[in-house]
Amino acid sequence: MKIWIEKQKYLIDYTLASLARRKVKNAGLLVVYSVLVFVLASVMLFTHALRHEARTVLEGAPEVVLQRMVAGRHDLIPPGYLERLGRIRGVQSQEGRLWGYYYDSVVKANYTFMAPNTEAEAIAPGNIVVGPAMARVRGLAAGDVLTLRAYTGKLTRFTVARILPQDSELVSADLVLMSSDDFRSFFDMPAGHFTDIALRVANPQEVRNVAAKLAAQFPDSRPILREEILRTYESIFNWREGIVLLLSSLAVLAFVIFAWDKASGLAADEKREIGILKAIGWETGDVIRMKFWEAALISVFAFLIGYLAAYVHVFHLASALFAPVLKGWAVLYPRFKLSPVIDGLQVATLFFFTVFPYAAATLVPIWRAAITDPDAVMR
Amino acid sequence: MSGALPAMKTVNTAVRETAPMIELKDIHKAFNQGQHNEFRALKGIDLELPEKQVTVLCGPSGSGKTSLLSIIGCLSRPTSGRVRLRGRDISGLPERFLTDIRRRTFGFVFQQFNLIKGMSALENVMLPAYPLGGDWRQLRDAAERLLAELKLGHRSAARVEWLSGGEQQRVAIARALINAPDVIIADEPTANLDTALSLEFMGILEKLVDDGKTVLLTSHDPLVVGSSLVQRVVEMRDGRIVPHVYVETA
Ligand SMILES: Nc1ncnc2c1ncn2[C@@H]1O[C@H](COP(=O)(O)OP(=O)(O)OP(=O)(O)O)[C@@H](O)[C@H]1O
Ligand SMILES: [Mg+2]
Repeated sequence: MKIWIEKQKYLIDYTLASLARRKVKNAGLLVVYSVLVFVLASVMLFTHALRHEARTVLEGAPEVVLQRMVAGRHDLIPPGYLERLGRIRGVQSQEGRLWGYYYDSVVKANYTFMAPNTEAEAIAPGNIVVGPAMARVRGLAAGDVLTLRAYTGKLTRFTVARILPQDSELVSADLVLMSSDDFRSFFDMPAGHFTDIALRVANPQEVRNVAAKLAAQFPDSRPILREEILRTYESIFNWREGIVLLLSSLAVLAFVIFAWDKASGLAADEKREIGILKAIGWETGDVIRMKFWEAALISVFAFLIGYLAAYVHVFHLASALFAPVLKGWAVLYPRFKLSPVIDGLQVATLFFFTVFPYAAATLVPIWRAAITDPDAVMR
Repeated sequence: MSGALPAMKTVNTAVRETAPMIELKDIHKAFNQGQHNEFRALKGIDLELPEKQVTVLCGPSGSGKTSLLSIIGCLSRPTSGRVRLRGRDISGLPERFLTDIRRRTFGFVFQQFNLIKGMSALENVMLPAYPLGGDWRQLRDAAERLLAELKLGHRSAARVEWLSGGEQQRVAIARALINAPDVIIADEPTANLDTALSLEFMGILEKLVDDGKTVLLTSHDPLVVGSSLVQRVVEMRDGRIVPHVYVETA
């Protein structure tokens, strides 16, 4: 055992020296390799964190949302609907919600306006609470006054009460919260009307029943289920991720070809070195193990560098390089502070798909060179 | 070719001071066997190499000297025939065992020296011992000592490509000795050296003989072939040993 360890130490020693001897080549390889891991890992970390984020947000969302439709388009909920809902079995609670979009021509971005319902979040008339991204874009701080042009054409002044925390910027970035009365007058909405109705259903099994009853009782409305939204989100993420992964797999392919080329065109001096080592008493296994350490050191280093860089990129630099491709739905690019989420399986997958092809691509030709008789070095 | 042997002495195969270290029986070697370019480099070699003696293989270019040296040193296998090492048949052994035998029994000094560029002389000398996994400090000391004995102590940290031809050869010799083998095999050891360096090599050879090493050389060089250190000269031609020019110098 001790001899075995000593031997591995010698082999690694030799490997390090050998890596240092071919500095330029190995550095180039390391760079290409790290960049590949970086791109793949960035995509994986980003989509994973995004999905995690969306799921976290939707967890707090109502099970069913009722929207009224007029001629196939979303319309306001008139007074009286809320009361009629209370009689449906399975519905735990219901609330009318007020929300909508507002286009700010100054910064050419869309905001989401909302009037929170709960007492705890109630906002005094004339005040607003704004999301962090919007605060950044408009340069707002608590106490500032913001003038917006209402739907009636009237300029309306709001006082910024506070800025929302960054926790879940994906959803809250472009948010503007205000009181219900302010909301209605800003958008010129008649009193008692709501944008939609959120229903809480305690028993997940009941959700479909409730939806069926809603459809029967309110023929002019459409129930939207949370599970359906979740599915939609998933498919959007999967689709985007799919595009990026397709591109990445092309990158992997290119890398494999590159590695194969590099290795199968095993440089003459490398072949000679293998021959010399064998001739002076190294076993085929020793040579292969040494080369294995070489491949392993390069791959593991590249993997670590690439993965760490991707981590920094996604979680500290807000995926600056390809967020526009992956997000796309927000005009006002939220400067993400995604909460770091790492999925072990994903790391393992990435490791397997980068390290394994490289190792195979380098070791096969080395194995072929190593099993030949060493007498070639005699001439 | 026999005319080129200046110090030919009486043939005396009957007297054996020592038992044979290596015994070859009917060795054949064919390259590219079964293909249209098949080439039979050795055609039935019978040879015994006594222990602690210096044997030189000579003969024209292409006569099969290097091929025979490779087979004796377990660098390659004969196509047919038997190789015995201290009475033990090693021709059929699997690679692992053969490598182990080679490592412990033979030290090679190649014609091109075959040092690994970019590494220091010291590291090159230590290389054959790496797979043995011994203590690093002891190994380094042994390598330093060998280099010092070969008057290269001051160059041990130098990268081998910076060394002169003679120095490189001495590094190669030190490397051949690091695992303390009984047999030293050198292919054309003086081919790349001028007269002064060749004489230096003969000096080293003398030391090896004094240390009780069995030495096997190939050479065209009269300086080597005619040296008084050489007990036996075996002449080869066309893959065979030329009979009766099988010389032993007293
Ligand atoms: N791997 C090989 N494939 C094909 N032919 C080979 C191979 N190795 C050697 N030969 C041939 O075998 C013959 C003997 O070669 P070898 O190297 O043993 O000769 P040599 O006596 O050492 O010659 P020299 O004095 O020039 O070194 C040569 O004709 C050579 O071309
Ligand atoms: Mg030769």
